[in-house]
Amino acid sequence: MAQASETPLIGETDSASDGPALDGARIGVVTFPGTLDDRDAARAVRIAGGTAVPLWHADDALGDVDAVIVPGGFSYGDYLRAGAISRFAPLMRRIAESAAPSAGAGLPVLGICNGFQILTEAHLLPGSMIKNDHLKFRCGDQVLRVENTSTAWTAQFTDDELITVPLKNQDGQYVADAATLEQLEAEGRVAFRYVGTNPNGSRDDIAGVANAAGNVVGLMPHPEHAVEAGFGPDDATGMRAGTDGLPVFTSVISSLAGSTAGPDPAGGAA
Amino acid sequence: MPRIVVEVMPKPEILDPQGKAIASALPHLGFRGFSAVRQGKRFELSVDGEITDAVLAQAREAAAEMLSNPVIEDVVDVRVEDDPAEAGAGNEG
Repeated sequence: MAQASETPLIGETDSASDGPALDGARIGVVTFPGTLDDRDAARAVRIAGGTAVPLWHADDALGDVDAVIVPGGFSYGDYLRAGAISRFAPLMRRIAESAAPSAGAGLPVLGICNGFQILTEAHLLPGSMIKNDHLKFRCGDQVLRVENTSTAWTAQFTDDELITVPLKNQDGQYVADAATLEQLEAEGRVAFRYVGTNPNGSRDDIAGVANAAGNVVGLMPHPEHAVEAGFGPDDATGMRAGTDGLPVFTSVISSLAGSTAGPDPAGGAA
Repeated sequence: MPRIVVEVMPKPEILDPQGKAIASALPHLGFRGFSAVRQGKRFELSVDGEITDAVLAQAREAAAEMLSNPVIEDVVDVRVEDDPAEAGAGNEG
């Protein structure tokens, strides 16, 4: 694979496409220099029944993918601002074009943690993230409420479902001006909200938001780290048994399967 | 050789967690004269040759579109400044 030699990751990078052919959607997972969670995101896609397609930030074409995940990490070392440099990657321009409402069906795009920061810098989602109010790196399991189940990435949750997924960041405090916050609430675009403690000072306990069309969603916590029993957060059934993040990935696969019956989803092929 | 200096600050309504931490650390070192600190960024853009109006306009555009994020930050100044290391005479702009 072309990008294997360029991708500064530990371990082999091409296992994502080596598995037996899976039914379901082809979901691109973008790797930037400094991306951390691309392998976990790809694994989540496979566990959910989809095919993970590795994408390299310098590629100029999206290729044959039905949806894209911009995973977490510290792309470009968080230089300037978290996500600020990644926004200008050639592939991000393609993603922005395909996700825009003008692109018809609108490519489903999920930004997790640093991916969420990149999507705000790219103006695909409103608001921005600044340093946690307590200034510490926070790592732990976090309870969220799913408040919008009509997006491409949340359709398989029930309304106001409480889920527990890991959270790990330093620049996780969601901020937006009062008018934007009001609009997000009025339009029901707060997709995920922190429950219990607000871990970083985010305005209105906002953990994740959606764009108006619902195809683009971003959140700071990590659903991709809670998809496989034995490796997730503790829950009532046992230690590390939590798989509350999995519906994020099954949601997009099922929404894509549903949309193929409708008008041609156009795809993001360039 | 002159250069363009761009200064970016967190918006007044954005609580600046770093500035707050600095403000609370100052008294520990005996600096008790300050009631608040806000931390911003200073960028120094070097130019080969003359700084024309067009170059300055480009710097303003870069400041607005890349060096700052208008959701959380304001560009408070874009100005031409002499490089003190090269000016030698300590030319204060």
